[in-house]
Amino acid sequence: MSKRLLIVVVEPDPDRAQPIADGLRDTGDHDIRIIAEQSGLARQVADLRPDVVLIDIANPSRDILEELALASGPSERPVAMFVDRSDEGLTRAAIEAGISAYVVDGLRPERLKPVLDAAIARFHIFQQMRAELAATRAALEERKIIDRAKAVLMKARGIDEEAAYALLRKSAMDQGKRLADIAQQLVMAAGLLGR
Amino acid sequence: MITLRLGYVPLIDAAPLIVAQELGFAAEEGLTLDLVRLGAWAQARDMLGAGLIDGAQMLVPMPVAQALGLGPSLPAMDLVMVLSHGGQAVAVNRDLERRLRDAGHDFAFDDARAAGMALRGVAAGRRLRVGVPFPFSTQSELVRHWLTGCGFPPADLDLITVPPPMMADAVARGDVDAFCVGEPWASFAVERGLAALLLPGIAIWAAPPEKGLVLLRGFAEARPAETGALMRAVWRAGRWLDDPDHRGTAAEILSRPAYLNLPPDLAERGLTGRLTISGRGEMRKVPGFVAFNAGAASFPWKSLAALFAARIADRQGLDRQAAMARAMDHFRTDLYRLHLRPAGAPLPGASQRVEGALAQDRSVAAERGGMILRADAFFDGFSFDPASAN
Repeated sequence: MSKRLLIVVVEPDPDRAQPIADGLRDTGDHDIRIIAEQSGLARQVADLRPDVVLIDIANPSRDILEELALASGPSERPVAMFVDRSDEGLTRAAIEAGISAYVVDGLRPERLKPVLDAAIARFHIFQQMRAELAATRAALEERKIIDRAKAVLMKARGIDEEAAYALLRKSAMDQGKRLADIAQQLVMAAGLLGR
Repeated sequence: MITLRLGYVPLIDAAPLIVAQELGFAAEEGLTLDLVRLGAWAQARDMLGAGLIDGAQMLVPMPVAQALGLGPSLPAMDLVMVLSHGGQAVAVNRDLERRLRDAGHDFAFDDARAAGMALRGVAAGRRLRVGVPFPFSTQSELVRHWLTGCGFPPADLDLITVPPPMMADAVARGDVDAFCVGEPWASFAVERGLAALLLPGIAIWAAPPEKGLVLLRGFAEARPAETGALMRAVWRAGRWLDDPDHRGTAAEILSRPAYLNLPPDLAERGLTGRLTISGRGEMRKVPGFVAFNAGAASFPWKSLAALFAARIADRQGLDRQAAMARAMDHFRTDLYRLHLRPAGAPLPGASQRVEGALAQDRSVAAERGGMILRADAFFDGFSFDPASAN
C-alpha cells in the first residue's frame, strides 16, 4: 500500500479551487490543501513538502514555483520539475487544459496519472469558458467597425473591398495608428457627413 | 492572410510584436498576429512547447536554460532574433533609499559602481533580498554580476522570483528589499510610493539582451515562409520603434486595455528614457534605456548564448563547455541571416564575438558594406570570449 499523496492546489478563487479539490478526492485517499494566498508562496509550498503541486498555467505565481523546482539548498527539497518526462501526451493534455503540475522527484507515473487526469478534466471546463469569452469579445468589436469603415470607403470612392482595406491599412501606418482606430474615425466622420 | 498566434507578457519590450500587428508591418508580410497576453514566463515556454502558440516573446536566458535541460521535456526551441536590449531598472525600497541618501548617495542613476558600493555600505553584513522576474532572466544575471562585482559576498545575496506585476506588492509586504524588473513595473512601484530607482540595466551592462523571439525548431523548419515573414515584420517594427519620435505613439498603443492596460504615462517613461526615479519627482534622462533594433540589437550572437550558458552551468553544477555548445546551437544566426537579408538588415561577418568588448558604438565591416555595433561594455570591464572561456 503506497502512502497518501499530499497534493497542493494553488488557486486564489475558491469557486474554482473547490471543484478541483473534489475532483482530486475522487481519485483516491489523498491529502489535499488549497493555497489561495500568493504572498510567501514559495515558503508555504516548501514547508508543506507536497508530492504534487497543481496551478493554473496562466497564474503569474507559477514562476515562483519554477524557482522552487530548482532549489538546491541543503534544507530545501526540490520539487522536481514536472510536466512529466515519461508521458508526452499527458504533458500536452495538461498544458492544453491550462494546468501545470510540479511533482516531487521519484513519484511513479502510475500514481500521478489519475491525479492529473482528474485535474485536467476540471481545468478544461474553466479553460474553455475563458477562451470563448475572450475570443468572442475581441473579434466582434474590431471586426464590426473595420467592416463598416470598408463599406464607407467602397461607397464613397467606388472601390472594391480589397482596395478599401488596403487604403485603411495605409492610413493607419502613415499616421502611426491602429487599423481599428482609423476605421472608428472614418465611420464617425461618415456619420457626421450623413453618408 | 496567415494568422500566427504569439504569446507576450505585458511589458514595454513586448512593443515589437504589438507594433508589428497594430501598425501593419505584419499585414505587409501577409500575416495577422493573434497576440495572446500571458501571465507567467513559464506559461510562454509551456504553451510554445505544446504548440498552442506559434511563437513567444521570452527572456533571452530562457531558451538557454531549456537547451541545458533545466526545464520540462518539450520540443527544441530556438531564439531566432533578439527583440530588445535594456528596459530594466534596479529599484530599492524606501528604507534603503533613505539610508542611501543619508550616506550621501546622489541617485545619479548612471554609475553602477558608485550605486553598488553605496548599497553595500548601507546593507552592511545583512542579507539583501532582490526580486527578479524569473530564475533564468537577464535581470538575475545583471544583479549577480553587479553586486558581486561591487564586493557583495554571493552568500549575502538572495535572489527571489517575483512576477513583474507583483513586484510593487512584494516590496510593500517586505518580501524583497530591492528588485530588478522590466518597465513599466519599476515605475509602477515608484508611482505607488514604494520604491526609488537606483540604476537602469544599461548602467551595469551597456547592451543587456533582454527579450527574444522564440520558435519551435520544428515550426521554423516546416514553415520557413511564415518564419521569415514574421521575423521581417518584427524587425521592421523594431526599426520603427527606434525612431525617438515614435516612442510616444508606441506608449499609447501598448497601454491600451487589450495590452498593458495602464496609463500611457507609465509606459512612456521607459520607452522615452525619461524616468521619474523617486517619490520626490526627480527625473533622470537615460538615452538608449531600451533599444529594439539599432546597432544590430536584434542579432542573436551565439556568444550571448554561450555567456548565459556558462553562468547558468556554473550555478547548476553543469559542465561549462558542453552547456555552451548546446546553448549556441539554439541561437539561430543562420535563420537570422537567411530571413532578414531580404529586408536589408545589416549582417555581421561573424556569428560570435567577444562580449563586453565595445566601450563605444563601433563601425565594423558587414556582409555588405559597413554597420554599427552597439556599445556593450560591462561597468567593471568584464569581457567574455566563448573561444577561451573555461
